Amino acid sequence: MTQLALVIDLNVCVGCHACVTSCKEWNTSGTAGSMSDDNPYGQDPTGTFFNRVQTFEVGTYPNTETVHFPKSCLHCEDPPCVPVCPTGASYKRAEDGIVLVDYDKCIGCKYCSWACPYGAREIDEHLKVMKKCTLCVDRIYDTALPETERKPACVLACPTSARLFGDVHDPESQVSVAIRENGGYQLLPEWGTNPANHYLPRRKTRITIHEDELERVDNPLKKERRQPRPGFDEPTLDDVTSW
Amino acid sequence: MDHFPMQDPKPLHNPLNKIADQSSRIETKNTTCYMCACRCGIRVTLRDGEVRYIQGNPDHPLNKGVICAKGASGIMKQYSPARLTKPLKRKAGADRGDNEFEEISWDEAFQMMEERLAPIRATDPKKFALFTGRDQMQALTGLFAKQFGTPNYAAHGGFCSVNMAAGMIYTIGGSFWEFGGPDLERSKLFVMIGTAEDHHSNPMKIELSKFKRNGGKFISINPVRTGYSAIADEWIPIKPGTDGALMLALTNEIIKQGLYDREFLIQYTNSAQLVNLDEKSTEYGMFVRFEVPPEEGCFDPQNKLWWDRELNRPISTHTEGADPYLLGEFRLDDGTPVKPAFQMLVDRVKDYTPEWASKITGIPVETIKRLAHEMGIVARDEKIELPIPWTDTWGKEHQTVTGNPVSFHAMRGLAAHSNGFHTIRALSILMSILGTIDRPGGFRHKAPFPRPIPPCAKTPTGWDGIKPNTPLGGMPLGWPADPDDLFVDENGGPIRIDKAFSWEFPLSVHGMMHNAITNAWRQDPYPIDTLLIFMANMAWNSSMNTDEVRKMLNDKKEDGEYKIPFLIVADAFQSEMVAYADLVLPDTTYLERHDVMSMLDRPISEYDGPVDSVRIPVVPPTGECKPFQEVIIELGSRLKLPAFTKPDGERKFRDYPDFVVNYETEPGSGIGFLAGWRGKGGEKFLKGEPNPKQWEMYEKNNCVFQYHLPKSYQYMRNWNQGYLEWAQRHRLTRYAEPILCHIYSEVLQKFRLAAQGKSQGKQPPDHLRKRIETYFDPLPFYYEPLESQLTDLQKYPLNAITQRPMAMYHSWDSQNAWLRQIHTFNYMHVNPVTARKEGIEDGGWMWAESQWGKIRCLCRYSEAVEPGTIWTWNAIGKASGAWGLDGNANESKQGFLLNHVISEELPAHDAGTNVSNSDPVTGQAGWYDVRVRIYKAEAGEEKVSFPQFDTVNAVPGQSKPKKSWLAYFAGGKKRA
Repeated sequence: MTQLALVIDLNVCVGCHACVTSCKEWNTSGTAGSMSDDNPYGQDPTGTFFNRVQTFEVGTYPNTETVHFPKSCLHCEDPPCVPVCPTGASYKRAEDGIVLVDYDKCIGCKYCSWACPYGAREIDEHLKVMKKCTLCVDRIYDTALPETERKPACVLACPTSARLFGDVHDPESQVSVAIRENGGYQLLPEWGTNPANHYLPRRKTRITIHEDELERVDNPLKKERRQPRPGFDEPTLDDVTSW
Repeated sequence: MDHFPMQDPKPLHNPLNKIADQSSRIETKNTTCYMCACRCGIRVTLRDGEVRYIQGNPDHPLNKGVICAKGASGIMKQYSPARLTKPLKRKAGADRGDNEFEEISWDEAFQMMEERLAPIRATDPKKFALFTGRDQMQALTGLFAKQFGTPNYAAHGGFCSVNMAAGMIYTIGGSFWEFGGPDLERSKLFVMIGTAEDHHSNPMKIELSKFKRNGGKFISINPVRTGYSAIADEWIPIKPGTDGALMLALTNEIIKQGLYDREFLIQYTNSAQLVNLDEKSTEYGMFVRFEVPPEEGCFDPQNKLWWDRELNRPISTHTEGADPYLLGEFRLDDGTPVKPAFQMLVDRVKDYTPEWASKITGIPVETIKRLAHEMGIVARDEKIELPIPWTDTWGKEHQTVTGNPVSFHAMRGLAAHSNGFHTIRALSILMSILGTIDRPGGFRHKAPFPRPIPPCAKTPTGWDGIKPNTPLGGMPLGWPADPDDLFVDENGGPIRIDKAFSWEFPLSVHGMMHNAITNAWRQDPYPIDTLLIFMANMAWNSSMNTDEVRKMLNDKKEDGEYKIPFLIVADAFQSEMVAYADLVLPDTTYLERHDVMSMLDRPISEYDGPVDSVRIPVVPPTGECKPFQEVIIELGSRLKLPAFTKPDGERKFRDYPDFVVNYETEPGSGIGFLAGWRGKGGEKFLKGEPNPKQWEMYEKNNCVFQYHLPKSYQYMRNWNQGYLEWAQRHRLTRYAEPILCHIYSEVLQKFRLAAQGKSQGKQPPDHLRKRIETYFDPLPFYYEPLESQLTDLQKYPLNAITQRPMAMYHSWDSQNAWLRQIHTFNYMHVNPVTARKEGIEDGGWMWAESQWGKIRCLCRYSEAVEPGTIWTWNAIGKASGAWGLDGNANESKQGFLLNHVISEELPAHDAGTNVSNSDPVTGQAGWYDVRVRIYKAEAGEEKVSFPQFDTVNAVPGQSKPKKSWLAYFAGGKKRA
């Protein structure tokens, strides 16, 4: 069974928000749209985004890490948002594991957003329906698009290619290899939701210098030492013997 | 098309049902982004004529399909209610700043400008000043200014990053970003210093990610850890303005350990050249020349000496088989004492020890030493040898290209200090002693760089360059090579309104826009009549001392006339500056116009060869918007400027696209704005006859022309015979002479000799002699930023700096409904230790006060900032009502500008009373030099940022959103 998902590499995510707005621009005019914005030009603007980047600091100066953390629906294998839905609007697709909302059945009761431990759902206050990441289901199967572009908009956009997309159930897929080889992990596994999306942790490169590497036979400074040349008139053997 | 398409589409039944597309007209067009200055290729999908999706163009060399947050929000820029859509004239009786306008026609607007400007040009062309913001169309605006005959022209470089350009170009003949950068493809150690969080954007992001995945080590040196620094393998916090001390200490340690690239320094820099140290000589501090022919042309003649180790005597540089000393002290036959330049550098950095630098920078001694060792050892022991044969300019054939894989990137954190020029010289020298210039894994040039040191363009040198009804007798901006190149009057006084190229700021190669308004207001050195500002927000974030500059713009003489009598503003949006205009010219967005990213300006070249690109409109202009380029062509034609007019007085070019195709730098030169598909059928590039089908050919090729140099021309271009001769044949350069890196700068020494009265030629005014003598040091040195030297640091102990966030480009995007949700207002980021000392709470209101003014703002605790620094996002704060935002928008009530505590002038000191707060060498604005103190806001104080300004209304032509919410959906109107 296929389970499509995103794998997000925190080792290269620079927090640029490209995924946030590319998602919005694709989806607001897509089948999951529109995505409304309240007070777009006024006080306290707030709108629907399927994907957000949170930035936080870890540690105390000067040992501080700044972490950029993109977050969207994790397309759980056991999604708590589905069973709580009173109308069946919230559902998980059998064919690819994508969790979707059927807007026609949704009554905007928000049970699903209460059930989601990740805060990944977004109520549209104007259309009165719950919305969320669809993994760009209207792109990834669209045969009108070139095959290389049948990916979620956020994945296409990401300038650091921090977002990988694929089937986490296929052990040979790019995403499965990345999870396996780079310590990919799930969020809040203790909730038993088994999120399909994974994150790859930070990895540090260090340089080790051995002391003897600072001392080299070809040190160019050696070439700069002028050979000491005694004064012409200083005594030599020439002055004292004729053999 | 509806200017403000907002609809309420009904929810769909099936998320896979693409009804909207099935019944709609879908078009896809390529053009070039301009949500920031990176200029990525974009593919724009339109549905029923409305922008549905903007994606990165996968076939574009710059961004290879990716896009950033700004680029992906272009829709909200296109349809922003801040758009200006009609030419406007200030209402009679209204003051500047009141934002009271009436609509006029373009005919009237052009007539007003023609009637104003034609008499100025016929009598005193310097009374017209044209200053532009980040425009990347300086080829056109500069041409217009030159043709008009005014010296008073510059773009924003003087207040942005001219130290980076000047410091590097005067040292290695190239610079970061548009003209060169780190080769992260092959680098093993990458050091990023003083770089705002994504300066620059996508190309750097792509490469940084690849670099990390290839296992390279990424070090960030920055007072703040955000953006790119977040993914650094090591963050080294540093105190602002002290980077020069670090660079010099690293150089000290690298030399001490013998970790420099001796071969590279000898062959490719002036390190081994002998410097005359006879203090009595007029040639003191100059390289010894073995023959003194007249030195004509813009290159370093090969007439210098080395001291050969084997022969133990001087020898002509680059003599086959010679092996010169880099260190030592020698005497020529005539008794003249000489030293190799490198010995001078060693003498200079002798006292710049890691221990010394540690106290200044706040970086531990061990860290500085380790950093030096890591740089030196990676450069030496992880060498790259590419099997690429090439020939150097001395005719020597090489079988391989060598690389020392240590690379750097730096930007405004180094540049925007009044000691930035020498800091960046020091960085360039560090890069050179590591042997990393135009080599794999190091720094690499992008065409049209490298240039000779300094580049050849020159300004006029006196009043005779300015004549009525005549083009300027030189370029408005140039690269002085010696004091005689300065643009000064007979007394050594400034000729330009911004005082660029004067003795106050001799190498101000990008001009000094940050002083244009203050000087024009003070009528110093003279009054002007008309100021045309394009795309620069001088009444807000682009001016230091914002509040005072706003008053100057509105200040009147005794006779009631404004001190700056006529002010024209061209912009696409209702910026704070618009309110001060007498005449407003509504510009198009980037999606509505033709544009070129020209080789004559700042193209988008790659390391392996020249690239330029174009914009082609994807939607028609909104309202009566007219591209500023068209305004320039029209105005140039009406004023009958020679470049825009036929001999019979008729206009030469129909419009801007016609100009781009047919303009040649001189008749028959074959050089025009675009390099690609020249020649009658498009068979030539760089040089060739105009091609009437040039635009179509760009359009067919993703709006990009790219040329890949042969591999043997891709590296070592300063000294690569094949490359230089290729560049000469294609007229990228006049001279195919080697460009030796200037470890020791004779250019600077020439100014110092003048200041000491030791040279013939132009002399500085007496009150500036000491300043010139001090700062025109042929070797880099560290000094505290000028403002710090003139500030009571007990009272104002903290540094205050800004950076721009990744999702916003300066002041360009607060009008963007999506981007402003990411940055709705800004905090002051303060280390908790620093904040708690003053009792300031996280999220609480605080004051930051300098000797110039104070601001009230919100505090955000951050462990990612060194405790002696506070910082905020640049230009998120807005004046109430500007940018199409409501009067109570967070940008104006909680957002704030740091500019209010920054001055454009220094306190009175020995160089004068109204001296610009700028680098004394280049005139670079010292934005990051300000010192502040902070304290808690009282409990009873108003919970809004300070200062506040009266709310301005929308101007005629701005579209008002019909309701309080937006649900953007492009086209698809037939949808059920």
